[in-house]
Amino acid sequence: MDPVIFLIQVLNGVQYGLLLFLVASGLTLIFGIMGIINLAHGSFYMIGAYLAFSLTRQIGDFWLALAAGVVIAMLLGIALEWLVMRFLYERDHLYQVLLTYGLILVFEELRSLVWGDDVHGVQVPPALDFSIPLTDTLSYQVYRLAMSAICLAIAFGMYWLIQRTRLGMMIRAGSVNRDMAQSLGINIGLLYRLVFALGFALAALAGMLAAPISSVYPGMGNQVLIISFVVVVIGGIGSVKGALIAALAIGLADTFGKVLLPQIAGMVTYLLMAAVLLWRPRGIFGRA
Amino acid sequence: MNHPAQCITRRSFMQVAGGLAVAASPLGASFVTAQSARLRVGLMLPYTGTFAALGNAITNAFKLYVAEQGGRLAGRELEYVVLDDESDPAKAVDNASRLVDRDKVDVLVGTVHSGVQMGMVKVARESGVLSIIPNAGAGAATGPMCAPNIFRTSFTNWQTIHALGKVMMEKGHKTAAWISWKYAAGEEMFGGFKEGYEKAGGKIVKELWLPFPNVEFQALLTEIAAARPSATACFFAGGGAVKFVKDYDAAGLKAKIPLFGNGFLTDGTLQAQGASAQGVYTTLHYADSLEVPKDKAFRLNYAKTYKQQPDVYAVQGYDAAQLLDIGLKAVKGDIKATKAMVAAMEGVTIDSPRGKWKMSKAHNPIQDSYLRQVVGEQNKYVGVAWKGLEDPARGCKMA
Amino acid sequence: MDRQPRSLKFVLLAALAALAAFPLIGDKFYLQLVTKILIMAMFAMSLDLLVGYTGLVSLGHALPFGLGAYALMLLTPESQAAGFWMSLGASLAVAGIASLLIGFLVLRTSGIYFIMVTLAFGQMAYYYVHDSRYLGGSDGKYIYLRPVLEIFGWQPFDLENHAHFYYFALALTVFVYATLRVLLASPFGRVIGGIKENEHRMRVLGFATFRYKLVCFVLAGMLAGLAGWLAAAHDGLVNPEMLSWHQSGQLLMMVILGGMGTPSGPLLGAAALKLLELGFQGWTKHWQLLLGLFIVLSVLFIPRGLAQIFDWRRRG
Repeated sequence: MDPVIFLIQVLNGVQYGLLLFLVASGLTLIFGIMGIINLAHGSFYMIGAYLAFSLTRQIGDFWLALAAGVVIAMLLGIALEWLVMRFLYERDHLYQVLLTYGLILVFEELRSLVWGDDVHGVQVPPALDFSIPLTDTLSYQVYRLAMSAICLAIAFGMYWLIQRTRLGMMIRAGSVNRDMAQSLGINIGLLYRLVFALGFALAALAGMLAAPISSVYPGMGNQVLIISFVVVVIGGIGSVKGALIAALAIGLADTFGKVLLPQIAGMVTYLLMAAVLLWRPRGIFGRA
Repeated sequence: MNHPAQCITRRSFMQVAGGLAVAASPLGASFVTAQSARLRVGLMLPYTGTFAALGNAITNAFKLYVAEQGGRLAGRELEYVVLDDESDPAKAVDNASRLVDRDKVDVLVGTVHSGVQMGMVKVARESGVLSIIPNAGAGAATGPMCAPNIFRTSFTNWQTIHALGKVMMEKGHKTAAWISWKYAAGEEMFGGFKEGYEKAGGKIVKELWLPFPNVEFQALLTEIAAARPSATACFFAGGGAVKFVKDYDAAGLKAKIPLFGNGFLTDGTLQAQGASAQGVYTTLHYADSLEVPKDKAFRLNYAKTYKQQPDVYAVQGYDAAQLLDIGLKAVKGDIKATKAMVAAMEGVTIDSPRGKWKMSKAHNPIQDSYLRQVVGEQNKYVGVAWKGLEDPARGCKMA
Repeated sequence: MDRQPRSLKFVLLAALAALAAFPLIGDKFYLQLVTKILIMAMFAMSLDLLVGYTGLVSLGHALPFGLGAYALMLLTPESQAAGFWMSLGASLAVAGIASLLIGFLVLRTSGIYFIMVTLAFGQMAYYYVHDSRYLGGSDGKYIYLRPVLEIFGWQPFDLENHAHFYYFALALTVFVYATLRVLLASPFGRVIGGIKENEHRMRVLGFATFRYKLVCFVLAGMLAGLAGWLAAAHDGLVNPEMLSWHQSGQLLMMVILGGMGTPSGPLLGAAALKLLELGFQGWTKHWQLLLGLFIVLSVLFIPRGLAQIFDWRRRG
């Protein structure tokens, strides 16, 4: 492979990986800190994309629509946690799986009722709507670079939040021992509600950011869901650092897999996960 | 030992179970069959999931035709039995059997997804029920699995893209890259394209496949750029088509290496694709702005009734109803006269919004393949890429 | 856990009698529907062995199921029926061997990681089959004739006959059910229960837990292969979706909804999901909304699955 092409492929892999990280970060947060397996995570991503579609139409400016979308997503997350999710903390993981599976069906149909079944697109914000030529035939979309930068910023933001702030400390305490943290005076109920809302918003934000380069269509959450789980598991549940590394690994594996091993390209991600888990049964940074 | 509370729980469970059983029971269905002279039309289509829009379009147009005939076909009123196949091949046989065995439909109309179609074709062949395919392009249905009672008013995958090669050569593109999803439909498309392109003298310099339904195209777009073909031919549909066209443009390829494909690349996707799709040439058996009077009337009527523009899927659904009507009229509404109906439906010429087309011996349309170009939010008709294109129906014993 | 409430025994026997008499009144569609439910129930029972009794949650159980189905397809020539014993044996063998190999690798993980690594293997098999032309690719392949059993020229039953196939499936379901009950009541079953409770303690007590888990994994795989063979024979069509994570996921839903680790749970779960889908689809285009709501509400209000309704003694 030509060295320039190789570098471009690395760039492709990294960019894809960073977007995966953004989607999976919400999942690892909810799963790692609250212990809830949430199959509806793909639906949150889809809701984000559809919100981006509607809000950009109404408001006109993409970034304003994004801000509004994040706020709406947080409110939806709080509502969902209060209505349904808070009854799952004490339950066996499998009931969480079943309930959130039911939620997928509900969200798909609600989406169909509210937005219909057509395929939609979102305009790339005009300021970023151009491409930088990399070779004589290939250019790179600046929006993708911007998106990658945002994903990185969020990665650092999350790390800083969880490791360096008081709130983060409470979150970490709550995830290790819920009752103990509560008896120390932390309002666990409120904390969990916030974390869940944050997880919801992160997934929705990923959907919103991806909407201009992707498309908005029924069932778009399904693929994202399974990949997110793979990222979380490879990285280690609850580890944001792990999710970032795993996402980058998958991004690169998927990219190079398509190019070098097209016959087994579909399996590459799963081969990677199987290999990692057989080497490190708890994921790369998973807690024992 | 038994708490009254628990007894009630068990009883109420039984009530619920009984209620559910009744809800799923055949009692309602069989009463209606016995007492009405209405023709039961089974619509097995996707109403949820990625293809929901197509299922809706086909259903709308089918009903539109019937409404245009005053609500009756050959004097008979219709009764629809609608079933959501979820585009799930694992349930295909169960679903089709349900329509044929429980709901006792007189004619089976469907479906969109080729994997599901395989299940329907099996049930159709075994039961002998009249079946009309309003979309799924799997060659097998009018190929090795063809049968007297199975008709198609849409296309075969091969047929939608075969003319593209000739078009590309005429535009001076002697080398091409191909890219699509690796699944049955993608492979059939490639077969049709390769045959036509190579026969016209073209050379495929790069063959790229990605797993279905993966939509991360960047890696392969980079490969296309590195290979430097004269043009790119592809097959994508739905959400994937939107993303591919946008990504192709954003990677700067559209300007240097023109993009070609069959109509599914740009049908129902133009609003989402925006500027990226402008100027792209595609081939399909339908186009916007056709100078066909039947089409103008159809589009007007459809838009008035459903408040949106029809697409190729709607046309196919409309023609399915037309075909049924022709068959019914020939036997004066007696659907049980299958042989006579089939004879009437074979060799028929349908006056379709897409233009007139003839039914082939394998029961697939022999139709013109149009060349279209994206202008604004329309696939504008440019010319006829191939007149009277007939799928070779390899393996069909009737052809 | 092993003593069944008397009411449950009565209900099960009554159900069996009803099922046995069903072909006398049911028409072709209903026979086939119940046959399909029985096949799914068998499939669900095999998963429950892993999930409910051994505590191994597999999200790749569609793999042995699909392998069993595809084995039958490969052994059925285009215009002939496959041999009964040979194809059945092949399906069981293929499913069993695959489970042995995979189990050997994956049983060293646990919890969510086990779930995901079983998913990984399931998906790998799915993509392999999906991308293989000779296996029919994404459209799948037909099985034109159901297997034929011939003993010196005499055919005890004809599987092409819907009623015969129904009784065959019913007999197999009862057989699988009985086998599992016997197994779980045996010393082997106690060890399994102990592993689910606390594997560490079992190891300390001297049990080679890995071996026990592997045996369960292989047995569950073979039973899934049996269900796959039946499903393929019944539908006459195999398709890569039979190996997909959707299939594994739906099966898991049946087991959880019905009630894990209970004798009737898988049966109730399989019947409930299939019948509810049928019922709701008859009502509205947005039937998935109703099904989703049903699932959400049942998790919230029937905490241990539908089988809980039969089991008042363990309420709470």
